[in-house]
Amino acid sequence: MTTTSLTTCPYCGVGCGVRAKKEQDGTISIKGDKTHPANFGRLCSKGSALADTIGLEDRLLHPHVNGQKTSWNKALDAVSTGLKEVIEKHGADAVAFYVSGQLLTEDYYVANKLMKGFIGSANIDTNSRLCMSSAVAGYKRAFGSDSVPGNYEDLEIADLIIIEGSNTAWCHPIVYQRIVKAKQQRPNLKIVVIDPRKTSTCDIADLHLPLKPGTDASLFNGLLSHINQQQCIDWGFVNQHTEGLADALISAELSIADVAQTCELSEQDVEQFFQLFVKNKKVVTLYSQGVNQSSSGTDKSNSIINCHLATGRLGKPAMGPFSITGQPNAMGGREVGALSNQLAAHMELDNSVHHDLVSRFWQTNNLATKAGAQAIDMFEDIASGKIKAIWVIATNPAVTLPNADVVRRAIDACELVIVSECELNTGTAARADILLPALAWGEKCGTVTNSERCISHQRNFLPHPGEAEEDWWILSEVAKRMGFGDAFDYQSSAEIFREHAALSGFENNGKRDFDISGLAEISDQQYDDLVPIQWPVTTKKQKGTPRLFEDKQFFTATGKAQFIAITPRAPVNACSKEYPLILNTGRVRDQWHTMTRTARSARLNAHISEPIIQVHLSDANRYDLLEGGLARLDSLWGNMLARVVITEEQRVGSVFVPMHWNDFLASKGRVNALVNPVVDPVSGQPESKHTPIKVTSYQPTWCGFIFSRAPLIPNDSEYWVKIKGEQYWRYELAGETTIEDLSNWTKKQLGEEGEWLEFSDQSVNRFRAGKIINNQLESIIFISAKHDLPARSWLSQLFSEQELSDEIRMSILAGKPGAGLPDTGPMICACFGIGENTIKEAISCGSAKTVEDIGNLLKAGTNCGSCIPELKKIISA
Amino acid sequence: MKQKLVLIGNGMAGMRTVDELLKLSPDKFDITVFGAEPHGNYNRIMLSPVLAGDKKLSEIIINDLQWYQDNKITLYTGKTITKIDRTKQQVLSDDGTVANYDRLIIATGSVPVMLDIPGHDLEGVISFRDINDVNVMIETAKTHKNAIVIGGGLLGLEAANGLMIQGMNVSVVHRNNTLMSQQLDQQAADLMREELEQKGMHFLMNHQTEALLGNERVEKIRFKGGLEVNADLVVMAIGVRPNISLAQASGIQCDRGILVDDTLQTYTPTIYAVGECVQHRKKTFGLVAPLFEQAKVCANHLVDMGIASYVSSVTSTKLKVTGVDLFSAGDFIGDDNTEDIVFKDTARHIYKKLVIKNNLIIGIVLYGETIDGLWYFSLLTEGQDISKIREHIIFGQHHI
Repeated sequence: MTTTSLTTCPYCGVGCGVRAKKEQDGTISIKGDKTHPANFGRLCSKGSALADTIGLEDRLLHPHVNGQKTSWNKALDAVSTGLKEVIEKHGADAVAFYVSGQLLTEDYYVANKLMKGFIGSANIDTNSRLCMSSAVAGYKRAFGSDSVPGNYEDLEIADLIIIEGSNTAWCHPIVYQRIVKAKQQRPNLKIVVIDPRKTSTCDIADLHLPLKPGTDASLFNGLLSHINQQQCIDWGFVNQHTEGLADALISAELSIADVAQTCELSEQDVEQFFQLFVKNKKVVTLYSQGVNQSSSGTDKSNSIINCHLATGRLGKPAMGPFSITGQPNAMGGREVGALSNQLAAHMELDNSVHHDLVSRFWQTNNLATKAGAQAIDMFEDIASGKIKAIWVIATNPAVTLPNADVVRRAIDACELVIVSECELNTGTAARADILLPALAWGEKCGTVTNSERCISHQRNFLPHPGEAEEDWWILSEVAKRMGFGDAFDYQSSAEIFREHAALSGFENNGKRDFDISGLAEISDQQYDDLVPIQWPVTTKKQKGTPRLFEDKQFFTATGKAQFIAITPRAPVNACSKEYPLILNTGRVRDQWHTMTRTARSARLNAHISEPIIQVHLSDANRYDLLEGGLARLDSLWGNMLARVVITEEQRVGSVFVPMHWNDFLASKGRVNALVNPVVDPVSGQPESKHTPIKVTSYQPTWCGFIFSRAPLIPNDSEYWVKIKGEQYWRYELAGETTIEDLSNWTKKQLGEEGEWLEFSDQSVNRFRAGKIINNQLESIIFISAKHDLPARSWLSQLFSEQELSDEIRMSILAGKPGAGLPDTGPMICACFGIGENTIKEAISCGSAKTVEDIGNLLKAGTNCGSCIPELKKIISA
Repeated sequence: MKQKLVLIGNGMAGMRTVDELLKLSPDKFDITVFGAEPHGNYNRIMLSPVLAGDKKLSEIIINDLQWYQDNKITLYTGKTITKIDRTKQQVLSDDGTVANYDRLIIATGSVPVMLDIPGHDLEGVISFRDINDVNVMIETAKTHKNAIVIGGGLLGLEAANGLMIQGMNVSVVHRNNTLMSQQLDQQAADLMREELEQKGMHFLMNHQTEALLGNERVEKIRFKGGLEVNADLVVMAIGVRPNISLAQASGIQCDRGILVDDTLQTYTPTIYAVGECVQHRKKTFGLVAPLFEQAKVCANHLVDMGIASYVSSVTSTKLKVTGVDLFSAGDFIGDDNTEDIVFKDTARHIYKKLVIKNNLIIGIVLYGETIDGLWYFSLLTEGQDISKIREHIIFGQHHI
């Protein structure tokens, strides 16, 4: 029988509801959940393709210690003794956890509780540090709490939406679709996009401000002083509920002309933007990594919040500063306090009241007292030997952290590396001493919180494969073996959730924003049935809370929101003669993080198949880059190779490179090897969107591609990218040393057996071959000295052909179909290649009655005359 | 009173000339034709299909006896002309028949080259030239087993294939390693050999025949180095030479062939010559296409139009040998200054090669798939620069 489970999407922070249908034969189909308030049934390309990504190939299914498969018991003992030894020898701060916004809240809670509450160090940080820690810091500075005031509905009822530093169309597609729909229904809804790039998000923009990278704070400072000049400050609100406007205004003193100059924008555009803000009360500023991933990310977010505070535009429908998060449970991580500078449930490490409260709640006397290492410092401490044991859970720092090559060396040098993963092939798992198999999406079960504070139940609908286990179970088992049994004797995720909810309400009484005490008593059944609900959820607010600060009470000491005086700072590393271009990194539409999941889907790989560098035409000309050619990118920290895409979307002087490719999919496609290890002093978030680099044209002696039904290891290619397609793997290749005997080399790569097609034009170094087995295409290879290879699309379709027609067989190595000659029928006149059908046609249309006529008309039979008897037969017939 | 035209040789070139003549001016001449063979005129190219059993003799007759009557042509079959008296303007045949002429066409064709080795005159040693040879082969196949074909050219392979189909165990002897070297390069030749070997044909490549052994009938063939192989039938197909004995005997200027000018006229103004017996501007001929061209021009002058002149050009050969389509033209071997564009589908026995020089096609070999042969050939003859279509040219016209 078929079963249907309601769950949530494992990708971005929109947190869409997903309907997973399991057929009798086990096949899974995915649809959007019409009842989920985030998406009301819609899904983006990634979400829709989730069914393609389920499968056990390349999954980690068994515990391993030092590369040897072993039992859970031995593996867990190895972890606990390993950690204990390090702690005994070097103290609690010599161990660290690096966790993930991919974790469920319950897993997150247990990890944080173990590290901060019982190991006694705050050395736990999460990859959310790379994603929204500046937004967190900005909120906390302004509101005294990490509170996203509004929700998605505000976007639909606003009159002005400012989208800053976010390619929402690609990175949060469903939120974008909601905005598009609203714009269609209310064309006078104004949309301003602030982004150095002209992204797809600009399609619906009334105004696009392609500002100079890193100058966002100047723009919003300018806006603040414009608001002041235009007398549109909400003095009532400001006087009663805020502090610090005066200082903020002083440091914001900027004329439109100043702003235009600093941000390299036209004065008209700046003025238009400012006027739109002044004119429209119902304004939401939606911002993301373009703001956060900066050495002044926290200041940037406060410069935005300042403008909303000055106009009193928050805590009401259709207004507010809205940070949209990148990961499915970044918010859950924030709620359990899994950042190294947080305690738990939005409480602070350095707050004695909170410290006492949590100590009592957890019944521990070993609660961490000072902030631990943040992501970047954590791996620097590993490199310096200060941290001797690292436990990485559900993330891949060897690929994702800035200066990733140094991070790799640090992990390699670390005494004890523990990795909990569901994937076998990740750059980090490859470096682990102990590998622990975790459950993946669809197998694990727990809660997540999306960007609008909405808690949803992510449910399992697949069996547990191999020996994989829930992350909370793995953590608890280690805790027990370390002697913390009583505090970690969990039987279910429901039990953990109730404890988490209870802590949020423990001695809260409205003093802390995060309070879900209303869920602390739910039964297992109620937990299973939990419907999406926005926190706070208390006994007073059983139905949750759509918007915060409606009472204008903030969680600062004075209860008032704080203006922050912002002095804009340029990115730390400026461009130089040697490194003249700005590297901007980010996501592409159809890939997710390091592609360990999305790369399994052929249709997702079709959009952008290779690591690319997007560059403006004038830069392309300046650095002799050719469209479709290869480029080498160098920064002070590392280098990579990428396919050149020339586009007017880029600003001159600035290039964009996707963050996704890992070692298993590309030989030199990891952009984070180049990214400068620079962080925001307040939030510790890396400046991933601004690294000076140089770009040169990469000139291989040959380039080419392979399609193969079976995966293979590409040899002799300095550049390779592996792309899964429908029934084939595709490899894009380029090499620096000419291959002598291509025919033999090819057969070594692809295997002798089979029927071979071969095409060679050696003098121009063109070689192509195809292998056919049972009249099906098995593999093809195209090699050329130049970037003149044919399009891949038609060739890729051939792998779905059940049987190759002769015409197609003859066209394969042409790389394109023939013009489709009319079927001339069986050959009659060999001399002039005239077929039976052609001759019959000439006869039937009356233009030929005799052999001579046919000869005059078609030349048939006029050379050797061998076919004259057949001609006679055809005529008499 | 009509002029008298005599044609010596009832073969394809001569009779095509008569055809063209009749088209231009049916009543100009009283026409007399002498044929050494005892048949009407037939398509010599079709002897292979006959031997292979694909065609009946009746099917390869171009003009039957009735046709000669209908066109009031006097035909003497089985009569060989022994003398041409240029002063009397008459010809004399072996049985004493005399015919006068105002205009004479010599179309005596070619004679097979026979190895002048011991035993070459034994019974069962033949060539592959006419219906009689074919009959001998078919008869021998009924009573004997082992056939040897000397010469791995076009004709030799067709003979060998036919004999194999007639049930004989056939070996082809070739003096070097490349079959059909007139038409194929090494690669194509090897494909041809593999394909024929799969059919059961045997090959003795790089073998030179030293002698044929036997008392009355041939029994063995011996090669340089002493190897001996059983042979009940030996077919020599090592080439042909123009048949000029009669012309020479009659004092008509000859070199390797009967010398003709651009109007196909010999050094004796009343006498014309066409076909494989002639030599035009140092060239002799073996393929049918130029012969038909000559026929047109010759006829044009015989009817005193005098406007046509024969120009021998690069010829392409498109053949079906033992069921395999072949096409070749120009310099298909090439040298250090040429470039090859090659396509292979070995499983399907397809091989295509274009020889390129300065972006021009100078040579073509197509094996197994010849559909684009004439297109390539037109690019070759028209001297078209192919640099713009180079990537796809080997895949044929419909890929451009």
